[in-house]
Amino acid sequence: MDKFVIENLSLTYSDGAESLRGVNLTIRSNAVTVLFGPAGGGKSTLLRTLNRLNDLADVAEVSGKVRFNGIDLLDPKLNVTELRRKVGIVFSRPVPLPLTIRQNVSYGLEMAGERNKARLNAAVEEALRLAALWDEVYDRLDAPATAISGGQQQRLCLARVLALEPEVILLDEPTSALDPISTAKIETLIMDLTEHYTIVVAPHNVQQAARIADFGAFFLQGELVEFGVRDKIFLTPQDKRTQDYIEGRFG
Amino acid sequence: MKPMRLLNTRQQQVIGFNLLRLVSLVTVLPILGAVIYIFVRGMPAISWEFLTAVPRDGMREGGIMPAIVGTLYLTLGTAVFSVPLGVAAGIYIAEYAKDNALTRLIRIAIINLAGIPSVVYGLFGFGIFVLFLRFGTSILAASLTLSIMTLPVIISTTEEALRSVPNSFRVVSTSLGATRWQTVWRIVLPQAMPGILTGVILGLERAAGETAPILFTGAAFFLPRLPGSLLDATMALPYHIFVISTQVPGMPIQIQYGTVLVLLVFVLGMNLIATLIRSRARARRQW
Amino acid sequence: MMENSHTRRSEFAITFFIKAAGYSSILLVTAIFIFLMKEGLPALGDVDLKTLFGSRWYPIEGYFGIWPLILGSLLVTVGAALVAIPLGVGTAVYISEVAPAWIKEILKPLIEILAGLPSVVLGFLGITVAVPLLRRLLDLPTGLTAFTGAVMLGLISIPTIVSIGEDALNTVPQSYRQAALALGATRWQTIWGVTLPAARSGVITAIMLGIGRALGETMAVMMVTGNAPVLPVQWNALFMPVRTMTATIASEMGEVATGSAHYHVLFFIGIVLFLLSLIVNIFASFVSSKQRRRAERVLS
Repeated sequence: MDKFVIENLSLTYSDGAESLRGVNLTIRSNAVTVLFGPAGGGKSTLLRTLNRLNDLADVAEVSGKVRFNGIDLLDPKLNVTELRRKVGIVFSRPVPLPLTIRQNVSYGLEMAGERNKARLNAAVEEALRLAALWDEVYDRLDAPATAISGGQQQRLCLARVLALEPEVILLDEPTSALDPISTAKIETLIMDLTEHYTIVVAPHNVQQAARIADFGAFFLQGELVEFGVRDKIFLTPQDKRTQDYIEGRFG
Repeated sequence: MKPMRLLNTRQQQVIGFNLLRLVSLVTVLPILGAVIYIFVRGMPAISWEFLTAVPRDGMREGGIMPAIVGTLYLTLGTAVFSVPLGVAAGIYIAEYAKDNALTRLIRIAIINLAGIPSVVYGLFGFGIFVLFLRFGTSILAASLTLSIMTLPVIISTTEEALRSVPNSFRVVSTSLGATRWQTVWRIVLPQAMPGILTGVILGLERAAGETAPILFTGAAFFLPRLPGSLLDATMALPYHIFVISTQVPGMPIQIQYGTVLVLLVFVLGMNLIATLIRSRARARRQW
Repeated sequence: MMENSHTRRSEFAITFFIKAAGYSSILLVTAIFIFLMKEGLPALGDVDLKTLFGSRWYPIEGYFGIWPLILGSLLVTVGAALVAIPLGVGTAVYISEVAPAWIKEILKPLIEILAGLPSVVLGFLGITVAVPLLRRLLDLPTGLTAFTGAVMLGLISIPTIVSIGEDALNTVPQSYRQAALALGATRWQTIWGVTLPAARSGVITAIMLGIGRALGETMAVMMVTGNAPVLPVQWNALFMPVRTMTATIASEMGEVATGSAHYHVLFFIGIVLFLLSLIVNIFASFVSSKQRRRAERVLS
């Protein structure tokens, strides 16, 4: 089943930088789709289009169609607040909100209108367990979120998203600021989560891409060059550019 | 042949730096001197009676309590009108306004409001609040006048405080399904609060010390009773100082200094509070 | 877990209030301008232009020449600028480029204190200390002179110039200074050859706003300049009493009959002041847009 169907998507920013050019892509449900390629390829832009976070940026022109569960994602009348609860995002640098750990995780639910303390606390615990963080912070939930390590903060950011029980989780270079151990933890989490969620990741190197992908999409300067199942695209890429990038000839 | 320098560059620097030191000293000494002088000459007049009694014998004896109370009323009145409006306007500019001609117009308007002489505010206040709206010479008219004057300060400091909050918070909050107002209310505003408070206090500090705007909108020299309603006129410290130092013959100089000292302490006290808030916030910042 | 319509309605109301507040500044400036015009333009009808811009200001006998007032304001403001610019820029340069950290910690709060001093307090010190002092020192018939006013106004304008000027100097990237020093310049030469020119627009803004502040000052000048509305054209006018536009409004507004010619002329003077400060401010913000935000805060 297809979660996102992207047809001929093009996007340009106000400063004239063209970011996406005629992208055609299908994101399958309950799988890890990896967007990889050198910097400036449009991966972040595509991710932010999927939850309409690009509305906050200086976008000059968007054309094409994006369908999410069949609905027109780019419709200006779409309830974007609802959308963002279904399509969550984790950024490359962990950004804990200036609140306690507990408040960080329950933030999305509170904004959605949930007031019941018991339900909130239950949701917080469940989300922290899913993000494999509960055992490390259960005794200091009311400490400021800045009191934990970088790797823990990133898992907190993931828990924040999970608390909303989204359908899709987007991750933009989620481990670029982390050490190898934290990175491994997050990669394991990502692969475990596909059972219930659709995952779209932009990893920050090819090796990570190959480790966690079910499907891979290679982006170069705004264009989708190649798309395929993991084994195919990473071991026997069709396009020479994909092959060159994977082999490290450029980056 | 190269012209001979009178002094080499090293010597020039020494002279230059000392010149700058002198200039700064000349700038700062009068301030220090003035404050100390006022304290020294005004302290003898300060007593419990001075601060809590009403004046007698045409202000030449007794206390200045009505003026103190009046200044407090006016400061409060200014706060009531200017703070909600000013903070809201600052929020609009920092968080809601798009980068277009209308926003530029708003900025120009604020710059102009900031530059209008205080006596012109008094003129406007007199014409509109006292006469046109028939409030008469009243606390209401004076507070409204002072509020408009204080508005640009509060708007600007609010805007600056909000802008200093990192944008990543806004992006994250939005991505978790919060509306713009929810983001502002829950995350941005609390983080900007110390800066906003500092600005508010500094703005009110200025309002408390101003004379020209209240000259014909609310200040009175002698009132038999404390003001009972918003439509009553009131005594106020700045106006009181002005009158007793220029228009009352035989005014004991000590009382004059004493009154000035009270106003000075009030104003400097607010300054101190604002500075403390600012430095405490800087230390506790979470970003 | 959907937001209920109650939340959505209250959010709508709040957003409306915020937007309205945002536009309020435009509304207020326009209102002030219109009102000043409404009450001030009739002066052109009450008094013929020749008298209005004549050289006698004696309202009791119907002489409404505002020229002495304009010149009075100008004289005192120019004098203030001559005092404030060297002292203000010098102090700003000192704080930003030369002073060690501990001196900065003392100087900056002191300047802020000066900024917060009510003008009536400065006026008070003016008449009790500066005026007798100047009278004795310079052997004048009275110490209430334009010169006294200029000095006081200069002091009042200094904090504006120092704060904004120092901001401007701090914005100059450290790399500029380092490049100059690496080429063998002394710190002194770097300041005047590199840093100050780089901060030029910010410093000019600071000066303009300081002058604007001086122009609009009322109480301090009123108390020390003697309030004699005579044309300051003699060679020693600086040391004679003089009267500014602001002082005129402040001292006479309380005594006028509403709607009278005197009333209209006072508002007319208000228009002149409003326009002058408009010009100064627009020019200052034109010169620099980055310093603008901080300038609004400090100017007030």
